[in-house]
Amino acid sequence: MTDLRATGRARRRLVVNRLAEATALLAAAAAIGVLGILVWSVFSRGVHALSLDFFTKGPALYGETGGGVAPALAGSLLLVVVATALALPFGVLTAIFVSEFAPRRIGNQVRLWLDVLNGFPSIVIGIFVFALCVKVHLPLVGWGNHQSAIAGGLALAVIMLPLVARATMEVLALIPGELREASHALGVSKWQTVLRVVLPSSLGGILTGTTLAVARAAGETAPLLFTCALAGRATDWNPTHSVNSIPMLIFQYSEAPDQSLHEQAWALAFVLIAFVLVASLTARFLLDRSRRRFTSS
Amino acid sequence: MAAVPAPAMLARTRRLGDRLGDGILFSLTALAAAVGVLVVALIVWRVAAGAWPAIEEYRLAFLWRNAWNPVTNDFGARDLIVGTLVTSFGAMLLSAPLSVAIGLFLSELAPPGVRGIAGTLVELLAAVPSVVVGLWGIYVLAPFSAHHLQPLLGGGATESTVFTAILVLTIMTIPITSSICRELFLSVPAELEQGALALGATRWEMVRTIVVPSVRGGVVAAVILGLGRALGEAIAVTQVIGNFIPLKLSIFEPGDTLASRVANQYQGAPSDLAVSSLIYLALILLAITFVTNLAAQRVIRR
Repeated sequence: MTDLRATGRARRRLVVNRLAEATALLAAAAAIGVLGILVWSVFSRGVHALSLDFFTKGPALYGETGGGVAPALAGSLLLVVVATALALPFGVLTAIFVSEFAPRRIGNQVRLWLDVLNGFPSIVIGIFVFALCVKVHLPLVGWGNHQSAIAGGLALAVIMLPLVARATMEVLALIPGELREASHALGVSKWQTVLRVVLPSSLGGILTGTTLAVARAAGETAPLLFTCALAGRATDWNPTHSVNSIPMLIFQYSEAPDQSLHEQAWALAFVLIAFVLVASLTARFLLDRSRRRFTSS
Repeated sequence: MAAVPAPAMLARTRRLGDRLGDGILFSLTALAAAVGVLVVALIVWRVAAGAWPAIEEYRLAFLWRNAWNPVTNDFGARDLIVGTLVTSFGAMLLSAPLSVAIGLFLSELAPPGVRGIAGTLVELLAAVPSVVVGLWGIYVLAPFSAHHLQPLLGGGATESTVFTAILVLTIMTIPITSSICRELFLSVPAELEQGALALGATRWEMVRTIVVPSVRGGVVAAVILGLGRALGEAIAVTQVIGNFIPLKLSIFEPGDTLASRVANQYQGAPSDLAVSSLIYLALILLAITFVTNLAAQRVIRR
């Protein structure tokens, strides 16, 4: 009887193969494990501090216990609204230019510089807006020369712009050329084709791309450090004032000496991470679905 | 027989509204695209202008001066640059092989059912905001590293260390690099892979001789993109690194980086020179990431 087990060289090749496969499996398991540990730590440490007061009240006065983070929730909402209002139109229009109007060479250039912008560190964007409209004296109504939600929102908008533009370009590229040709063949002019045919069919994709960008912007701290960091204790909806925000508060509380503030930092982190993860998961799911719709038909 | 009118003549028969509409939409979109590109130039210009007082004071010597003393108004970037390079390249040393392995697992190894879920989970790691990673870094990772990892590697039990920063950056760059790697590996034609397997190669030999060589440039670009993220990360690093210069000769001691130093000074700098030195740091960071990004884009586009 011959032994069918591999020996010598063949055996060594099999062992090496097993080792390589095990390494790849372990690496992936480690990355997912870190995500699991991270989410679990945030959940288990933050969940105790969650209460109605946490969401509806301002910070406790010195010596008092309890208190909440309502100003930061309001401030983050305001910042994200300002940022989206600035980034969404510019991002979508840029994408339309690249995929509907621009010659290939110019389109590629725009793409390249958007990618470069996307690669800039967010702290540099913060410093840029600081140098652009916080440090200098601008004679504009109510802003300039001091930190404000407008300045912070502008910094977040610079972060969102390449994300929205790239996501929109991707969706526009998925719209079948036949749709545009059919519209042209009916004698519809280019601008009406873009506004009435191309944009409506890509609306879902633009929405999901924007959601992903919002999820990213809502968690950014570095752009706010120099543009919208030093704020009062009350809820403030005035965009020309500097406002509190969720990530800034986590950052400040994480280095505070007070134990109860640490707990609030964890609770805020839980709120933030829940929002970001749910938003990205939903967006991803919807994106997959719309992609399948266009590629299968 | 009537001649077919030239296209230029036809264009004139179009309704005025359409001609205007086309022109307006074109100009609007072109303007938006121009703004997007100009923002890059504006960033470089404004940051350089903000740093100008410090540039005039120190010129390029800023790069190798080692000082950060607001009391004597004396500033320099040497140890911050060194700290940035040590943390980023340290993180790359860990993250690059791990990311390639994860990319291979997600594209070649994992059963189809696991593939999508595992891929999504790895990408979700990228969505965790850096301030949350930093918070977790301070209270979970740093104590664990100080009491279990650092003693194993011959370090002390200090919690805020360069080593912890390297670990945090590794965690933050893995999802970026590995998801690009996965896309690259998936783009390798299945015929080539099946050919190798049919010739008797093991899966590892197929990966080593077919998959990796055919996308080597892309893998390098993916690693550089991760490096760009590591170089510029401010918040998570400043939370765990200890913000201390001059640098010690060990990675198991506190340190600091360019981005982390800038982030740490947000509550206000005492003098104009301090503010513009801070912006000078941002300018150096901008220059470094600009070069790494352009390099990565070049490789990708080829």
